[in-house]
Amino acid sequence: MSTPTIDQVTDVADATAAKRAGAFRRIITTPLGLFSVIVLIGIVMLGLLEPVLRGHDPNTADLAAINAPPGTPGYFLGADQNGRDIWSRVLTAINVSVTSALIGSGVAVGIGSILGLISGYVGKRVDGVLAWIFSLLMTFPALILIMVLQPITGGTYQTMMALFGIFISPGIFWLVRNLVRGVKNELYVDAAKVSGLSNRRILSRHVLYVVRGPIIISAAFMATAAIGIQAGLAFLGFGSAQDANFGTMTADAFLNIYRAPLQLLWPSLFLGLMNAALVLLGNSYRDALAGPQAAARRHRKKRSASTSDATAPSEEPTEARKASAQTQGKLLSVRNLRVSYPNLDGTRKEVVKGISLDIHAGEIVGLVGESGSGKSQTAFSILGLLPKQAEVSADVMNLAGDSLLNHDAKLLRRMRGSVISYIPQEPMSNLDPSFTIGSQLVEGLSSSMSKKEAKETALALLARVGITDPERTFKSYPHQISGGMAQRVLIAGAVAPRPKLLIADEPTTALDVTVQAEILDLLRDLQGELGMGVLLVTHNFGVVADICDRVLVMRDGEMVEGGDVRTIFRNPSHPYTQELIASILDEETVRTDPAPAVLASAKEQK
Amino acid sequence: MIPFFLRRVGAGLVLIVIVTAITFFLTYGANIPVARNILGPTASAEQVDILNGQLGLNRPILEQYFAWIGGVLQGDLGTSYYTSEPVVQALASRLPVTLSVVLLSAAITLIISTWLGVVGAARGGVVDAVLQAFSTITFVFPAIILAIAMVYVFAISLKLVPAVGYTPFGESPERWFASVILPAIILSIGGIAALAAQIRGSLVDELSKDYVRTLRSRGVSETSILLKHALRNASGPGFTTFSLQFISLFGASLFIEKIFALPGYGTYGFQATIQFDLPAMLGVTLFGVGLVVVMNLVIDIASGWLNPKVRMS
Repeated sequence: MSTPTIDQVTDVADATAAKRAGAFRRIITTPLGLFSVIVLIGIVMLGLLEPVLRGHDPNTADLAAINAPPGTPGYFLGADQNGRDIWSRVLTAINVSVTSALIGSGVAVGIGSILGLISGYVGKRVDGVLAWIFSLLMTFPALILIMVLQPITGGTYQTMMALFGIFISPGIFWLVRNLVRGVKNELYVDAAKVSGLSNRRILSRHVLYVVRGPIIISAAFMATAAIGIQAGLAFLGFGSAQDANFGTMTADAFLNIYRAPLQLLWPSLFLGLMNAALVLLGNSYRDALAGPQAAARRHRKKRSASTSDATAPSEEPTEARKASAQTQGKLLSVRNLRVSYPNLDGTRKEVVKGISLDIHAGEIVGLVGESGSGKSQTAFSILGLLPKQAEVSADVMNLAGDSLLNHDAKLLRRMRGSVISYIPQEPMSNLDPSFTIGSQLVEGLSSSMSKKEAKETALALLARVGITDPERTFKSYPHQISGGMAQRVLIAGAVAPRPKLLIADEPTTALDVTVQAEILDLLRDLQGELGMGVLLVTHNFGVVADICDRVLVMRDGEMVEGGDVRTIFRNPSHPYTQELIASILDEETVRTDPAPAVLASAKEQK
Repeated sequence: MIPFFLRRVGAGLVLIVIVTAITFFLTYGANIPVARNILGPTASAEQVDILNGQLGLNRPILEQYFAWIGGVLQGDLGTSYYTSEPVVQALASRLPVTLSVVLLSAAITLIISTWLGVVGAARGGVVDAVLQAFSTITFVFPAIILAIAMVYVFAISLKLVPAVGYTPFGESPERWFASVILPAIILSIGGIAALAAQIRGSLVDELSKDYVRTLRSRGVSETSILLKHALRNASGPGFTTFSLQFISLFGASLFIEKIFALPGYGTYGFQATIQFDLPAMLGVTLFGVGLVVVMNLVIDIASGWLNPKVRMS
């Protein structure tokens, strides 16, 4: 007797962006979809043909037929304890259920979608009022009111279902309102406005087109809820106990459960079939709307599961041994690193194509390239922090004498807490909003020292990275500090275990220009103090010139050039490097990051 | 935290006033022949008039409403037309029954959904399939059918618990538990699948966030990331869903009480509704909305307390 929650209803909003044309055809080509359509049509037909199909009046009691078993002549499904024909009662009950479903979901869809359209499209004040009313309505204890208001509704199931429809309408309202607000901002509505269409026409032609699918899906789920509630209310004795419906039939059969348990089967069977058909229809309509993307997503999931084993270390031991012999004495050495992701069609896309690089202790190496060049993928594969779908392989990947290709998750985790660490790009999103700065720093340290020591270390580090009031920052939550301070905190967290290798992924990109220089200074100082090797990922040659010893240039997953910073700056051999260097702005211009192109694409996504 | 708390209390009071006002004007304004019902068809018109006067039903409806409000503010909800028992007293004696079932069911829903959601987010696959099947079944078979099936199996066939009746906790904790556990489980079924799916989805979202990667880069264990960091951040949307579910759970409990013959609000309200016992009907409504408001306040405070942005404001 649960009403559909807002979640179940808005869930279906996912299923919007799709080609609706042929959605119905796609439903009936799937076995479940076809089954549900046939069952639904069949059940509705049974109800419509009731006068023809029934043998007796559903309420006529025949004393001779009391508890007649199924198959008794004239009593196809038998008769109940009052001698009433179960088959005729089932047919009548189907009509009651179908009517309940139509009224309940009809009222909800009618109220919810009309007011949702208005609220989403008109906006501002009207939206404010309607949103308030519907969020209030959502907290109404619906079933209590349906019960208590029964004297007013007259106890007929039709009025109770209409009331129920009102109570579940917020689900549709939020769904439609949010979809409309989304659509409203889309360009084609602007275009329609410019071309002189009236508001009503825009609403009906364009907006309804988008919200139609999700509405139909939630209507199917609401119909099952209405059917269930109607049966439940009747079972408990709301309305006349004489009426033939699945609720009263269940109640009668329940009283008779010891003598004729089979009588309980018929109402359950038809209720179950009807609701199963509705749920499956809703689900297959959702799948049909989601279309090929959903199918591809499933495919991808499967595929990544099956290939994850292929991530095994190099299969050419002699090659690897040869390569590893060359890498001795270096802090980090990577040979022939490849990273790939599965495509929608099952093939794989390689984003890092055989990179080799070395970092010596105490050296700052810049890894430069545009977005999409594979530089971050390279960095994360060294950290072992790529998403699950990624497939990483390399001939050699050694850090301070240990192979990172050893896929023992525990060992890798321990290395991440001590030997290798990471400074992210966007400071605010990289701190857990629910925990204090201090507890997050301490947690990263507590594997190697006691709680008390960890706290002292964290406080000392906060002071070291230039935070003026370490005690206060220690107790602060991320939302209470500025972006620059958050980046200092993250640096403190990264250097806390005194790592040998620090990987910094665009550590200054998200910061104000004035803060950028301070952070770079801090990084340089800390690097000197701790003698760390640093891999600095950036798209900014200016940063490289400022801080790096060596630079590696990546493009399209390949290394195009590498060497001493001075040499490369003076004499870039690859045209791409020349381009990147030329794009450094002169001293007077302040470059804002992220680049305008990134901003534009971020805007589009919203 | 305090302004946040006051805002929620205010919203709760508004809800209580609106719902009870709607119920009052619809029931008292419906011209239900209350006195005629009580006295029966043989009573004379004068007797009916006199009783109407005694019950105050011949006054203008607004006057009746303010009289009722005045009573509520003094803790008086009137007296039942039929039993002469004060409504407040009747409701108070039924409170433990309803609370037992509802709170037990809420706890079951919360614990099992969280567990399923966490396992689903961490493992995927099998748990997802189970959740999907489970949620389909709860849609396919109305709670009534599920309730009967469970009564049949656990109470009638296996005789693990009594099929009907309630034992107070003070009398025998074990028998109390046996009398409320089956109703509580049946009530929970509808909500578990939806809440688990919600928690699982939020957890998956959280696990793909930047701060999780940073925690991993510091060697924080996966267990801590999942259970401490991601779960806490996912709790906000989870609690929102849960508070909405509690409303329908409480509504459904009135019906479950009827099936199990538990002497709670449901049976009282059902009786009152059948008899047009207006003060009792209104009392059930008021207590019902009140309980929903209190519970939602508790949930709000819990989720606000978990969210430092709310807590510190």
